[in-house]
Amino acid sequence: MEIFSAAHITKQYAAHKALDDVTINVPEGSIFGLLGPNGAGKTTLIRIINQIIAPDAGDLSFLERRLLPKDVENIGYLPEERGLYKKMKVGEQALYLAQLKGLSRREAEKRLAYWFAKFEIMSWWNRKVEELSKGMQQKVQFIVTVIHQPRLLIFDEPFSGFDPINVNMLKEEILNLRATGSTIIFSTHNMASVEELCDHIALINNARKILDGNVKAIKDQYSTNTFEVHFNAFDQDLRSILPENFEIVKTGMDDAFHVARIRLPKETKPNDLLSLLMPHVTIHSLNEIIPSMNDIFINVVTDREAAQ
Amino acid sequence: MKKILLIIRREYLTRVKKRSFIIMTILGPLLMAGIVIVPIYIATTTNETKQVAVIDETGLFYEKFKMSDNIRFHYLETDIKSAKENFGKSDDYALLYIPRTEIALPVNAILYAGTQININVKSYIRNVMSKRIEDLKLEAQLRDITNGNSSQVDLDNLLRSIKTSVDISTIKIGSDGEEEKSYTEVSMVLAIFGAILIYFFIFMFGSQVMRGVIEEKTSRIVEVIISSVKPFQLMMGKIIGVAMVGLTQFALWVVFTFIIITAVTSTFTGKTMSQENPKQLTEQLTGGFDPGQVISLPGEPQQEEMTNEVMAAISSIDFPVMIGSFLFFFLFGYLMYAALFAAIGGAVDSEADTQQFILPLTAPLILAIVMAQFIVQDPDGPMAFWLSIVPFTSPVVMMIRIPFGVPFYEVAISMTLLLLGFLATTWVAAKIYRTGILMYGKKVSYKELWKWIRHS
Repeated sequence: MEIFSAAHITKQYAAHKALDDVTINVPEGSIFGLLGPNGAGKTTLIRIINQIIAPDAGDLSFLERRLLPKDVENIGYLPEERGLYKKMKVGEQALYLAQLKGLSRREAEKRLAYWFAKFEIMSWWNRKVEELSKGMQQKVQFIVTVIHQPRLLIFDEPFSGFDPINVNMLKEEILNLRATGSTIIFSTHNMASVEELCDHIALINNARKILDGNVKAIKDQYSTNTFEVHFNAFDQDLRSILPENFEIVKTGMDDAFHVARIRLPKETKPNDLLSLLMPHVTIHSLNEIIPSMNDIFINVVTDREAAQ
Repeated sequence: MKKILLIIRREYLTRVKKRSFIIMTILGPLLMAGIVIVPIYIATTTNETKQVAVIDETGLFYEKFKMSDNIRFHYLETDIKSAKENFGKSDDYALLYIPRTEIALPVNAILYAGTQININVKSYIRNVMSKRIEDLKLEAQLRDITNGNSSQVDLDNLLRSIKTSVDISTIKIGSDGEEEKSYTEVSMVLAIFGAILIYFFIFMFGSQVMRGVIEEKTSRIVEVIISSVKPFQLMMGKIIGVAMVGLTQFALWVVFTFIIITAVTSTFTGKTMSQENPKQLTEQLTGGFDPGQVISLPGEPQQEEMTNEVMAAISSIDFPVMIGSFLFFFLFGYLMYAALFAAIGGAVDSEADTQQFILPLTAPLILAIVMAQFIVQDPDGPMAFWLSIVPFTSPVVMMIRIPFGVPFYEVAISMTLLLLGFLATTWVAAKIYRTGILMYGKKVSYKELWKWIRHS
């Protein structure tokens, strides 16, 4: 089932098209990566999902019906531009933001007590936000994003500005939330930071969606069938034992081992490579070189530009 | 709806808990009470005796003006023309002229003086006259009743029908004998005071709204909030919340000022505060004063009489009308400007960038307050009329005119236009606001704002 989908979304600002016929489908329970360079239109799309701005054209659906204003209570949003009232007390502020998401005061107090205890910040309840360290403010920020247990969570550039310890905590909590049934959308230009987490992605460039789908399927599709082999000392030329169509991308040394990166012809399996190598060398390891999202993105963009 | 209440609540509570609010709440009444008390203090301590000549063509007030330590009255038998001519040569402080009336009881009198007329003198004369006329009316009514002309006696109606307010116009006679109308009236003080208060309140609370919006923008919390509520709800919640802070401040000022004045004047007169608690005082204040209540009884100490006369002068003001119109013109004047202040806050990145927008926005308010001195001179003139009709200046200018009396339909037009002005500015402001709060790091020009209004 799709928890959210946007169909043929177009948004035009005065002289600039922010989104051009963009369609995305977010499967329920997935971690969905909305990827693309800065200025591609990701934040515009996310603001449309959060009903902060309205699209010029296109349909939005939530839980397989039309997206409604009250659905904001089922969506948690951590914007890229985020912050808290500096002069307000932490607890009071968290209560306020939780109530704005539709929780009753009592329910909000109960849940905040749980989260504040979990992050060990209960003693800061009556302190002003400006007295908190940046890291603690980020914890509070995260709590108020998830406090209403939304079915859909949206994080825009989630790891920018977070220190490494908090990034790990954040990743862990996000996986916990997914385990309890939430769907997560990540939007970022830093593809490496989320690709290990995402199971679905959409690539956006210049206001258009250029690629989307299951991460595994995309990676298979863009696989170059390249493998990296670590092996023991070998005095012959590698070229002499491999057929013509096996391309040696590079060779070198890594500590005590020789390393070679070899691109196999299509339809050839790594087993074929192993059987060719085994009579001559002692193999220490063999790994597939999986293209990163960044590589795939550059690949798709250059292909498209070449096609035009 | 529940969410906008949450926003209003937060905006209200964070502001009334601030130290600056508490300081303002204490300083305001001290200042206002000072304005009232200082003249009383001077009036009660001065030993100078003022001599007032009286020409009473009606003969109704003969011997009614009592001598006191501070004012002495003497009656002239001459006609007004020669009295005026001789006025400069006499030692008289003022000349009271009560013209003959044909049928009705006199409700007008003219007070000629060489200098600005002392407020105490004037209020004393006014009180004596209205008391006398009320007595005469009461006598007539009672005669009617005893003669059987009225079958029923409705005490409320009776009291209302005898209630009289006397209009005393003051004319300054220059040394060259030239006459010039002067306004030393309480109403003039009140007019300027009300105008300044409205000006000050709109400015102060309008810029509080603007600063609040800038705070939300620079602390980057605004997008977190508008993912839960509509930008319009956030803007209106803030505007209404701050309006309630303003009303609270005003209410506290009124109550505290009154408490201070009563406390100080009762120390003067030896009365203790225990007789009247603050709650009753506010009731009196909002329910309007009855001048008769405060007028001293014969035989009480002279000093008390004097003080009470000033109190009576103040209490002769129609407080329900004054406070009611102040509340309306403050509230809607504020609402109209606050929406635009919010739009400015939304459009800029920091308070430093606001200047280019604030000046044109507040120009009408500044114009109104600059014009105040001329409007007081001629509260029914064309300038006063037009400035009190145009929504951007009407809150200030109407407050100046109201103490002098304004035809009902003019007030109605002014109020309607102000209401429409509020709706219009809010509509425009909401468009600028909702685009602006999501824009960072962009220097905004008027051209850019116009684009936002047209395209959103």
